[in-house]
Amino acid sequence: MSIIYMLLAISVVVALIFFVAFIVSVKEGQYDDVYTPSVRMLFDDELIKNDPEKNQPVNKEKSN
Amino acid sequence: MEKINCFHCGEECVDGPINYSEKSFCCTGCKTVFEILNSNDLSYYYDLEKAPGISPKIREGKYDFLENPEIIEKLLEFDHGDSQIVSFVIPAIHCSSCIWILENLKKLHNAVKSSQVDFPKKKLRISFSSKDLSLKELVLLLARIGYEPNISLENFEGEKKGIDRSLIYKLGVAGFAFGNIMFLSFPEYFEINEFWLDQFKHIFRWLMFSFSLPVVFYSGKDYFISAYKGLRSGILNIDVPIALGIAVLFLRSTAEIITDTGTGFFDSLSGLVFFLLLGKFFQQKTYSFLSFERDYKSYFPIAVTRIFSETGQQKEEQVPVYKIQKGDRVIIRNEELIPMDAILIKGDAKIDYSFVTGEAEPVKRKRGDRLYAGGRQQGSIIEVEALKPVQQSYLTELWSDEVFSKDKSSAFQTLTNQISKRFTFGVLSIAFISAIFWMYYEPAKAWNVFTAVLIIACPCAIALAAPFTLGNLLRIFGRYHLYLKDTTVIEQTAKIDTVVFDKTGTITSNKRDNIKYEGIELTEEEKELLSGSLRASNHPLSRALYRVLQKNNISTPEVFNEYVGQGLETSSKDLSLKIGSAAFVKKNVANASFFAQPEELEKTSVHISSNEQYKGCFTFHNSYREHLSSLFNSLAGDKELIILSGDNDGEREKLEQILPRGTRMFFNQRPGDKLQFIKDLQNQNRKVMMVGDGLNDAGALAQSDVGIVISEDINVFSPACDGILDARKFGKIHDFFGLSSKAISVIKWSFILSLCYNLIGLGFAVSGNLMPVVAAILMPLSSISIVGFTTLATQILGKRLKN
Repeated sequence: MSIIYMLLAISVVVALIFFVAFIVSVKEGQYDDVYTPSVRMLFDDELIKNDPEKNQPVNKEKSN
Repeated sequence: MEKINCFHCGEECVDGPINYSEKSFCCTGCKTVFEILNSNDLSYYYDLEKAPGISPKIREGKYDFLENPEIIEKLLEFDHGDSQIVSFVIPAIHCSSCIWILENLKKLHNAVKSSQVDFPKKKLRISFSSKDLSLKELVLLLARIGYEPNISLENFEGEKKGIDRSLIYKLGVAGFAFGNIMFLSFPEYFEINEFWLDQFKHIFRWLMFSFSLPVVFYSGKDYFISAYKGLRSGILNIDVPIALGIAVLFLRSTAEIITDTGTGFFDSLSGLVFFLLLGKFFQQKTYSFLSFERDYKSYFPIAVTRIFSETGQQKEEQVPVYKIQKGDRVIIRNEELIPMDAILIKGDAKIDYSFVTGEAEPVKRKRGDRLYAGGRQQGSIIEVEALKPVQQSYLTELWSDEVFSKDKSSAFQTLTNQISKRFTFGVLSIAFISAIFWMYYEPAKAWNVFTAVLIIACPCAIALAAPFTLGNLLRIFGRYHLYLKDTTVIEQTAKIDTVVFDKTGTITSNKRDNIKYEGIELTEEEKELLSGSLRASNHPLSRALYRVLQKNNISTPEVFNEYVGQGLETSSKDLSLKIGSAAFVKKNVANASFFAQPEELEKTSVHISSNEQYKGCFTFHNSYREHLSSLFNSLAGDKELIILSGDNDGEREKLEQILPRGTRMFFNQRPGDKLQFIKDLQNQNRKVMMVGDGLNDAGALAQSDVGIVISEDINVFSPACDGILDARKFGKIHDFFGLSSKAISVIKWSFILSLCYNLIGLGFAVSGNLMPVVAAILMPLSSISIVGFTTLATQILGKRLKN
């Protein structure tokens, strides 16, 4: 059963990795603007012309 | 006539549409933007949203100051070689099309390397090369496509505030520890005296201990600090029992694992801190695109045009306003702001002081007259001589009053803190009484019971009731366009018994759509030509007047001359009209005696003469806001209402008719008088709400218990305040009051609910049976049910507001 020491160590290390990742992402400012990226990802990379079906207008959204 | 809306900005095409590439535009500005975007393959802009654009309005020479190296240096965030970074606040950002076009700026000009929009803050960050594109050209490019950045004196200060993310860190640490401790403590909840568990429980316990260290000493430190501060100033705030609970939890748990007598309460400890911080986080709803801390700096321009003579020649230069010294000559153009107290040297000044003094009508000033800072010139160019530097003007000195440095919210005793005093005494006495009881009965258990009472009675649920109720309400208010600074404002609002209103801009609308004609009636031909002439003019008054006139038959003038700041001279066939200011029309008029009284001339009006015969004038009145009368009548029931105006008392009689009896009115109040007036009311133990709009109310807004600013456009300047209300929701003020006091009763009910949980927990604690698992269930359960109850209750309240 001494494998449990090993498992404990691994679980703590995995948890710490995610924790550090969270801290780093906050520090980099990823949580400062949580709205704009959600809109940005919907833009098409290249313009698609003569194909109005695909360019469906995005719903009008406003920030709260 | 069928309504045609502009393809670019969606406004109605008042002058008849300008057609271009099968699309209609309301003005050439909109058409130009479309042309620019279309020719750069950026017409995807119009696929994202319908009519997303903003009609561009640029004044000639407005951005000349961006050539001054000192100003450029202050504005740039980063400047090295051919790489420059600048951030602008662009109030026009409003939809996803805006994000798209601004992030594709590099397609419009290849000197732009990248650009990124922060939508909630309405900010654009551009990285560009100033070798190929100067800052001024960049700003003009933005302005040309309708995204004019807002550059004010505030930018010049250049203090970039770091974002405070400590709460997120603390929350992250607490959440991380909470989850891990829960896992580690789970085995010991149910299994007692199990072989393998006995082997490993020590390492589990010490791991939990080490996870709890950052929770207590980092995440929870604010509670200790706040409790200490409270105790030092003799206040038993809610953080005192919380800090006591955390400390006791930690000490007892540590003692238990050292002496090997139990598992400790590390799970409850980290859960408690996590939930408390969650409440704090929820309460922190910020409207990042609004600022509640503004002073004159965000209203004043960053630079002015100074004239100086060099070898006999007069030259103009752009200088930062702080550089202006006494005696400097400065040029103020149409629509520009006078940044310092000055004397008029040249030109016809017509100054709009409505924002500064509350006077509704622009005032005329003659050569040699004194002009005060904050006025806006309307009309032609004037030349003034500075009397004082900017910081010492009459207006800016208002900000040296102590109310502006005082923190309002710290003095306010919140409901939670009021109850925490009794609560702390109650809990401490229960703890001592039960400890004394057990001392006699079974001394070994006394310490156990004493700490158990303090642990279980830790007012987590009570501390969560107010943040979640008020935080929810803050969001509901936000949906109805009342943006409040923080949650204490709601509690303050519930206590208000006196409401003071400013007049100009607050209970009157800034739109001058109430136009009356006085004089000899115009003939049909005159009316037709009048409409035709006004259509061709871009003066704001012409536009406003054109909008209200009939447009059935319009005759286009054959001769059309516009004299800036004076009026129009037009003719068609044998009819000639002069339209404009009194002085302009009065010249060459045969029947000058027909002219109205001198005081009439002071009002905003457009005079008309036809074939050198004076006809009459259109006078523009500020109209009172919709629902004014019904709002006042519903408020008058339980609150005292006062009108405090910087304007003269010309409207007194009219107001007395509209408003309920008992409304007190005071006129000719200067900014300092308003502040003093509010102070006097507060000395009579009144809780005062000030509703205002301009710089002249700034002192009163800061002094009042709750200062609300009415704003026609929430993106433009408003003085420091506790809340900003969209002018269209003016009639809802009464509902906001009702909702605030209902929120207070929701909080009171949740106090009762959480006290019930505390009583159950105390039952366990006093009888000496508090198992860690009971605490670990009871504490989250009480917190979650409080959160659920308050959220449900506020949502129901919010629904009622809609109906």
